[in-house]
Amino acid sequence: MTASHRDSQGRPIVAVTGLGLVTSLGQGKDANWEALTAGRSGIHRIERFPTEGLRTTIAATVDFVFDRPFAAPELSEKLATLAAEEAVGQSGLGEPGDFPGELFMAVPPVEMEWPQKQEIAQAIEGDADYDALLRAAATHKYKAMHELFLFGGVAEHIAEKFGTKGSPISLSTACSSGATAIQMGVEAIRRGETQAALCIGTDGSVHAEALIRFSLLSALSTQNDPPEAAAKPFSKNRDGFVMGEGSGALVLEDYDHALARGATILGIIAGCGERGDGFHRTRSSPDGKPAILAMQDALADAGLTPEDVDYINAHGTSTPENDKMEAMSCSAVFGERMASLPISSNKSMLGHTLTAAGAVEAVISLLTIANGRIPPTINYQQPDAAIALDVVPNQARDAKVRTVLSNSFGFGGQNTCLVLTAEPKVP
Amino acid sequence: MAHDVLITGIGLASSLGEGIEPHAQALAAGTAPIVDETSFAPYPLHPLKPLELDRQIPKKSDQRQMEPWQRLGVYTAGLALDSAGLKDDAQIKSELQVIVAAGGGERDHAVDAAILTGLRGANQPGPFLNERLMGDLRPTLFLAQLSNLLAGNIAIVHGVTGASRTFMGEEQAGVDAIRTAHARIASGQAQVMLVGGAYNAERRDMLLLFELGGFLRTGAFAPVFAREDAPGMITGSAAAFLVLESAEHAKARGARAHARLSQVGAHRSRRQPGSVAKGLDELLAGFGSIAPGALAVSAATGCAEITAEEAAAIAAAAPKARRVATGDLVGHAVEAAFPVSVALAAAALSTGAADEAIVTGAAHWRGEGAARLVKV
Repeated sequence: MTASHRDSQGRPIVAVTGLGLVTSLGQGKDANWEALTAGRSGIHRIERFPTEGLRTTIAATVDFVFDRPFAAPELSEKLATLAAEEAVGQSGLGEPGDFPGELFMAVPPVEMEWPQKQEIAQAIEGDADYDALLRAAATHKYKAMHELFLFGGVAEHIAEKFGTKGSPISLSTACSSGATAIQMGVEAIRRGETQAALCIGTDGSVHAEALIRFSLLSALSTQNDPPEAAAKPFSKNRDGFVMGEGSGALVLEDYDHALARGATILGIIAGCGERGDGFHRTRSSPDGKPAILAMQDALADAGLTPEDVDYINAHGTSTPENDKMEAMSCSAVFGERMASLPISSNKSMLGHTLTAAGAVEAVISLLTIANGRIPPTINYQQPDAAIALDVVPNQARDAKVRTVLSNSFGFGGQNTCLVLTAEPKVP
Repeated sequence: MAHDVLITGIGLASSLGEGIEPHAQALAAGTAPIVDETSFAPYPLHPLKPLELDRQIPKKSDQRQMEPWQRLGVYTAGLALDSAGLKDDAQIKSELQVIVAAGGGERDHAVDAAILTGLRGANQPGPFLNERLMGDLRPTLFLAQLSNLLAGNIAIVHGVTGASRTFMGEEQAGVDAIRTAHARIASGQAQVMLVGGAYNAERRDMLLLFELGGFLRTGAFAPVFAREDAPGMITGSAAAFLVLESAEHAKARGARAHARLSQVGAHRSRRQPGSVAKGLDELLAGFGSIAPGALAVSAATGCAEITAEEAAAIAAAAPKARRVATGDLVGHAVEAAFPVSVALAAAALSTGAADEAIVTGAAHWRGEGAARLVKV
């Protein structure tokens, strides 16, 4: 290694050398990219569980990885495994089962699910209350359920499988979790604590109670027919998000480390910004200030200005409130330029992959840079005059994209923004 | 490049009460713990000494929107902010970053029991489940259950809006939260952080999860390192939050430091006999020589084998240290166990009971952590 490269603030540059993706549209970057740029939706009628009595009966579930019943952590782990195998494989870093870096994972919160509780309840006579469940549990006949429903289980299994180093992080920042996982990898590399990081967002938690919880908060679209038209980010008739599943994985690596081993550089995570919002548990500050600051922080962290951004990968959930707040915040950051700056929402096709979304959309942002083509916001038939944006409506668009801002906003006042760029031009 | 990391705020709440004083006192005197052996029999646990919530969570509407674990955490975070003199510093709070170690919120036990009982006789279990959940779940219960909503409520109640991250993963989440906050300040990525966790032990749903794996002690209380007759955890409701701050930042605002957090480490490996001792040996060896008069605070669980391995690691690294098990004072607080242990050690240093302390903890299932604190 000759020169050591540093970013505008004198820190190690964080390169991306591996990408993996699995969503309702398919397994792998190629299958997903083909579908996304063709404007295809992965949203369909739910077949995993009965939907009688539910207001929402559609989701972008991943139904092709198991042919047996499974609990949410099992699907989350499987999706993460598939995405990580693709990412680590592409990076060529380490040996199978021996990844020379730390693991940062966005995983959905876990709790014991109904099928397992029902299994125990079958052994109970009389009321199946928690005291009775405890007595049944004390027989220790259901030992495997303990590990299955630990919060740290999925990341532990991934750490074991891929041989990552150090203590694996399982994190949640609600719907911005995937972006936070990437941010934590960036920070660890900038600290010089590790030369590489495996950052994953995964979510395979569409089950009846999960859907009902969002439904009771009136967060979901109820326009079930046709399913593929339900997610309508930035449209006037948008009425909620659609739950989705998937996983995105990124191998992050110290740029000089990647160069020294001759790795292909897929892009740079140039900046991260995050801000809390103390306004409300589910609603954003009406002035959009936390989101605005998170975007500005990410650009400042990258040493860039709004003028440098070529495209925004929107959070764009398709809820009335998010899309309005996001559009307003973007206008505050980008000013008049916002009328012509392309911004599109992958969620129009993938649904909202919740915990995974920030990572899934970061992967797609880097594919957008690599391919010079912007995936569209589909189902854009009724523009909302109040939020005039170039949403790349319905059709993918060729464009030279070097710098992407990817937004993630979540319940609990979580706002995380990433700036992703093409490989630096060699000086 | 490396900045000294100081503990300038300590928030603690447990069965012993709240604040530094009752905890430092119990640590020094070795008073008998508060144990409830009947309410959740056969599982003993340490119940939270009731909090005057209004003192840290003034709005009843905020109190209502939280479950006990969130109220406990938000309350204790407020204690830490008070202790650090930051409660009324809107400027610092608007930049203050937070890491919370959290599990999830409590189930509605009555709803679950009624549905489970009904499901056994239901002709169409799926539609029955849908109907009952749609009808019986309180819509806002979800927000009281989401892991990251403890951090969200800290933002809302205390106006701490820097940014927050929530780590999950039982005991190791608490270790990694403190490790990460320490690393960010030491490297200059942050100047001041609020870090901690909260655990409500008085929940049958959590007892169920641990009993499924056979990790709970039943019957009477026994000290953590003397449970060979019936190994396992005795859980306790407890929370700890710490304000960590760079020495420069603390000095500039004239903050008093309770202790310096000199090192924090975490380790994982597939568990096998000896792996906990080996992991802790490595972490403690990395801290350099430990003073003979040091205090050793252990977040050990009381589970079979790993607790004895932790005892061996402490004895090897600090043979003359006075060893105190956090579990003997306040019970095992899972995600909060390590933060509570670091807070106890900081309280001991702050009150002059020791000049140096090490903290260890082997999680009940996976992961080990250690920290070292020294007098300022």
